[in-house]
Amino acid sequence: MTNSWTDIKNTDLVVIMGGNAAEAHPCGFKWVTEAKHNRGAKLIVIDPRFTRSASVADVYAPIRQGTDIAFLLGVQNYAIENDKVQWEYVKNFTNATFIVKEGFGFQDGLFTGYDEIRRDYQRDSWEYELDADGHVVRDDALKNPRCVWNLLKAHVSVYTPELVERICGTPKDTFLRICGMIAETSARDKYMTSMYALGWTQHSKGSQNIRAMAMLQLILGNIGVRGGGMNALRGHSNIQGLTDLGLMSNLIPGYLTLPTERETSFDDYMSTRGFKPLLPNQTSYWQNYKKFFVSFLKSMWGDAATANNNFAYDWLPKLDVPQYDVLRAFELMHQGKINGYFCQGFNPLLAFPNRRKITAALSKLKFLIVMDPLQTETARFWENHGAHNDVDPATIQTEVVELPTTCFAEDEGSLTNSGRWLQWHWAGGTPPGEAKSDNWIMGQLYQRLKELYQKEGGKVPEPILNLDWRYKDPGSPSPEELAKEFNGYATADITDPADPSKVILSKGKQVVSFAALREDGKTACACWIYSGAFNEAGNNMARRSTNDPDSTGAYPNWAWSWPANRRILYNRASADLEGKPWDPSRKLMEWDGSTWTGYDVPDIAPNAKPDVVMPFIMNPEGVGRLFVRRMMREGPFPAHYEPFESPAVNVLAPKVRGNPAARVFRGDLEQFGDAKEFPYAATSYRLTEHFHFWTKHVKVNAALQPEFFIEIGEELAKEKGIKSGGWVRVWSKRGSIEAKAMVTKRIRPLTCDGKTVHIVGVPLHWGFTGAARRGFGPNSLTPYVGDANVETPEYKAFLVDVEPISGPVA
Amino acid sequence: MFPPLPNPNVTPGPATYGAQDLVRRSASTVEPPARQLTPVAKLIDVSKCIGCKACQAACLEWNDLREEIGYNHGVLDNPLDLTADSLTVMRFTEWVNPDTQNLEWLIRKDGCMHCADPGCLKACPSPGAIVQYSNGIVDFIHENCIGCGYCIKGCPFNIPRISKKDNTVYKCTLCSDRIAVGQGPACQKACPTQAIVFGTKQEMKQWADLRIKDLKSRGFRNAGLYDPPGVGGTHVMYVLHHLDQPHIYAGLPDNPRISPLVELWKGMGKYAGLAIIGLTAAAGVLHHLLQGPNRVTQQDEESADRLAGGGT
Repeated sequence: MTNSWTDIKNTDLVVIMGGNAAEAHPCGFKWVTEAKHNRGAKLIVIDPRFTRSASVADVYAPIRQGTDIAFLLGVQNYAIENDKVQWEYVKNFTNATFIVKEGFGFQDGLFTGYDEIRRDYQRDSWEYELDADGHVVRDDALKNPRCVWNLLKAHVSVYTPELVERICGTPKDTFLRICGMIAETSARDKYMTSMYALGWTQHSKGSQNIRAMAMLQLILGNIGVRGGGMNALRGHSNIQGLTDLGLMSNLIPGYLTLPTERETSFDDYMSTRGFKPLLPNQTSYWQNYKKFFVSFLKSMWGDAATANNNFAYDWLPKLDVPQYDVLRAFELMHQGKINGYFCQGFNPLLAFPNRRKITAALSKLKFLIVMDPLQTETARFWENHGAHNDVDPATIQTEVVELPTTCFAEDEGSLTNSGRWLQWHWAGGTPPGEAKSDNWIMGQLYQRLKELYQKEGGKVPEPILNLDWRYKDPGSPSPEELAKEFNGYATADITDPADPSKVILSKGKQVVSFAALREDGKTACACWIYSGAFNEAGNNMARRSTNDPDSTGAYPNWAWSWPANRRILYNRASADLEGKPWDPSRKLMEWDGSTWTGYDVPDIAPNAKPDVVMPFIMNPEGVGRLFVRRMMREGPFPAHYEPFESPAVNVLAPKVRGNPAARVFRGDLEQFGDAKEFPYAATSYRLTEHFHFWTKHVKVNAALQPEFFIEIGEELAKEKGIKSGGWVRVWSKRGSIEAKAMVTKRIRPLTCDGKTVHIVGVPLHWGFTGAARRGFGPNSLTPYVGDANVETPEYKAFLVDVEPISGPVA
Repeated sequence: MFPPLPNPNVTPGPATYGAQDLVRRSASTVEPPARQLTPVAKLIDVSKCIGCKACQAACLEWNDLREEIGYNHGVLDNPLDLTADSLTVMRFTEWVNPDTQNLEWLIRKDGCMHCADPGCLKACPSPGAIVQYSNGIVDFIHENCIGCGYCIKGCPFNIPRISKKDNTVYKCTLCSDRIAVGQGPACQKACPTQAIVFGTKQEMKQWADLRIKDLKSRGFRNAGLYDPPGVGGTHVMYVLHHLDQPHIYAGLPDNPRISPLVELWKGMGKYAGLAIIGLTAAAGVLHHLLQGPNRVTQQDEESADRLAGGGT
């Protein structure tokens, strides 16, 4: 989230698209009801299904899954055509005025530089025109046809309300009504918040779905303000923490990137991470990269990381592929190239696409270690459970070891919520049986590995042998010790640059924040964005003050928010070029002539002059990007692409199937179905009664939603002779499942390009362990392809067929 | 936001109300209570409800009940109906508004309405099995229940359910155990959107006015408070977007009344009771005339003291 849950109460308009907050985030949804009740805010829900969120919405619009970009570019087009633009914001705080190099273009659904064989782009033309000083050439009058604004205007001009209706199936009048409501928030004192979740991410162009809305929010001036923002609703209570701490295969903590194998030296690595400002006098905060990176290396290898060995840069793994995402990992497992797997706290057998392939991949492993507080289907993938897991155990040689772990309520630590708040929690119960904390298991594992390397040597033992492991009990690092390590500390006495005799931070003391980190190795910090969470003032994550000056929703002393306890990112953008709040009634930050003051920690140097330094200091441009240069694999603007399995062809580019830059493994393409064979557009989702695969183990939740079902509309049910509560079979090119049918008015057929499209909903949550009845999940059906940039699998749009059956087989 | 109720007091204290606060007791007459508790109410705002079933879960957890793990019946409702374990259920109705042609998904939390004029209590033939406190809560006292099921017949909302395990009847108690120590009901505590709020009946009516104003501003012309006069008003009230047609909310009665049969039975019972009292009095007079006044012995006095706890 750019903002926080509690800030949603400040909004004028909530748009829930690509998510279903009332269903999946009922507790956070309270802030939507607050905004409605107190401010008279309106709620718009755009979804293929009339959801629980829609049940309390002012306007609901249906949309065919996987066509969000067409819808959102349609809204952008409406705003531009009708002059509903926050012009002062757009001209100063975005790259609208920037000139793009000659040679950039878009035709037949493809940007310049496409290589069909590699399914990738040569992205040289996706770049600004720079002057001799390396600064961007701009046209403040927006006259140049190659300025970003005019390129954008041309790019979105095809997305007329008629085209949106043709692609999305959203009735034109509903679409226009929504455009009108959204466009109103281009006023300086009207703000819209975007709440989204997996409904946008789980597509082969998920990142561009989100960008399309982020661009719209920039055009309307809704980023960095109270009640605005791009608000990703994270599904798991700590999934924000997962990405923050770099658990992605290509990241290290704090969104630093793992080197690639081409970056053989520290200097090579740093050479592409300079982030020189592209405007004169602009701040480019990532210029501090080296401080964060060196401090990270110091936290990894302590005294063994020195300036002489480039702080042990060589010991960091180097990526030979863009990333080892889950799809690639299971592809390699399927090819027999990964033969051991540690599965810590998730359930791939029911979570990853094309379950048949997942089962085959797990069956080729030599060993599988499952760490989980609960019984998972993955740990029992080799057991035969009839139709629900039809395998032959005799043919599976994988050795499975289960390590029971504690759950979050049995241990202390911090959870990072969607709003970037690190909230410390304490153990509420005693772990059952032999359950051990993940830290204990990892600590024990490390001790034994180290011993093996010490005894037997091995290839490149240094990273293991030199790991800085300064915990009181080496076999079980405590959550507090780890939290202090994330915060960072001085590895040597740090003296005042003006007076070297004066020690400003003595060795071993916690740094106050990331501003104190250094590139000379005198500080260690495992995750720079978490720096400040546990400093010499104590454990700031454990703070529980409900004091909220002027009820802005900031709650500055409740827990601790990264970065620097900042509650709203880019908050300097809440004020105009003179530093005056756009909306005085919702002041966030204000320039008092010499410094930034207000309700939040300024997201800019406190003395940075408002007309000199622009608000988006994490970008070298200093402004928000309507055009992203080379950073996205499928293009600098979002463009409409159909899902890989779609009931419709891409009407704008009939030859392009799916996202042209999405990676498809050999063999998976052949397993994509087409609309002739599989006529219905399916989607998957979660239900409010359950949390993933956990709560099916809980009797109360299991009773509230006991049995697997699929949802279809009344029209399709009638056509197929399916009765509500009766049994059906649903199958895709990759698998077949049986379920109860829920026939509902909440799913209506859409008309797309003159064709009727029926939608089939497949919820997730059931398996063959737990208290609930046995069932299947959508991953038996979904295709093995992910987002072009981050490889999140396409669970939200796929094709199936459906028929009534008399009852389950066995 | 409606001001949240405080967190529970962790030091045990005396219950603030109990048997001395009864205004009605089934098949019995009670003395008027010495004090009048402030009438309470739970307000269920159907227009804020997102159907998350947290109230159902909280009810099962607080009352330490576990519902059977059932089946899917082609609807989201689970269990399909109230049971002796599920004292509240969410009822989902897909309704197409004939005026706008818009689909409205009406989600109503069903359970005991705690009528001011409780049909269950009036129908109950077992002394003290159903009681009503002066704050309006209608409670079932299971040790006095004979399992005859008359209360089910007497309820205009079809709420109580008989348990197959102990053959007594169960319904929502409005968490009288929590209210007695200053807490709100468990469902209210768990509700994430404040679709359920709890307070004095007066406060709830005022809060409902605010909500109705908001709904009217959003085009729900007939939004209003459901507090049906046919049962003397209720201590569980609904804010409805369409107060003109309560029945669209999964059959919420448009104009609930106690069944005339119950009134008749109560009426007859009342006269029969009076006749018995009259006869007893007559017998007493006769006894006095024939045997003379009762004499209280010293021993009688001592026994009485012991029974009263040796008190003064």
